[in-house]
Amino acid sequence: MTDVTTERASAPQTRSVVVERDIPFPAERLWRALTQPHLIEEWLMKNDFAPTVGHRFNLRGEWGGVLDCEVLTVEPGRTLAYRWDHVNEDPKFDLRSIVTFTLTPTATGTHLRMEQAGFRPEQKQASGGLET
Amino acid sequence: MSTAQDLLFRTLADPTRRALFERLCRDGEQTVGALTAQAGVSQPAVSKHLGVLKSAGLVRDRQDGRLTHYSAQRGALTPLLDWTSQMAGFWESRFDDLEDLLKRMDQ
Repeated sequence: MTDVTTERASAPQTRSVVVERDIPFPAERLWRALTQPHLIEEWLMKNDFAPTVGHRFNLRGEWGGVLDCEVLTVEPGRTLAYRWDHVNEDPKFDLRSIVTFTLTPTATGTHLRMEQAGFRPEQKQASGGLET
Repeated sequence: MSTAQDLLFRTLADPTRRALFERLCRDGEQTVGALTAQAGVSQPAVSKHLGVLKSAGLVRDRQDGRLTHYSAQRGALTPLLDWTSQMAGFWESRFDDLEDLLKRMDQ
């Protein structure tokens, strides 16, 4: 399920993407796939992730792009959030965002919710709201 | 509509120009001569179209002796795509791979 919303109420011009999925596996297994570098590489990108708040890492895409990331929240088995920045001098291509994974146990496995909230640099006034 | 989008749409509205851009996307870097051979218009006309594409950031040129090579700058199309729809598609496809991985993982 994909839900693209413009959240005008909280932070004007901040947009977020929400993708949700029911996963037929326990949260513990999903958490490992979200937090172990060799597993992250298998479904997302090459990385030097570590599940420690404040840890800075890169995600390296097959297309050659490099994302600058920083771990913001680690609640084992429940919530993982990191900064997801694609820095580019050209504002058209620059993206600053925060990706949050939320895991909720269900009768059949785990409900996974990913929200990516972001803004373009020309919307810097929104960053204060995002970064708190 | 933003100025950036406006410029891109205007630039690609011309069928000859669009064909040149599509060819560079498909076949990679080309000289003006190679492009002219298939464009169905004269070399000055091709050069003029390439100049317009360059001003819009859609192509880049590289001088090599007397030859000018042109290549497509696909990233220039980004303003036409809302980043949220790009990212939604990205995550859906990543989650497909994530589910495949979870099936393979040990207990």
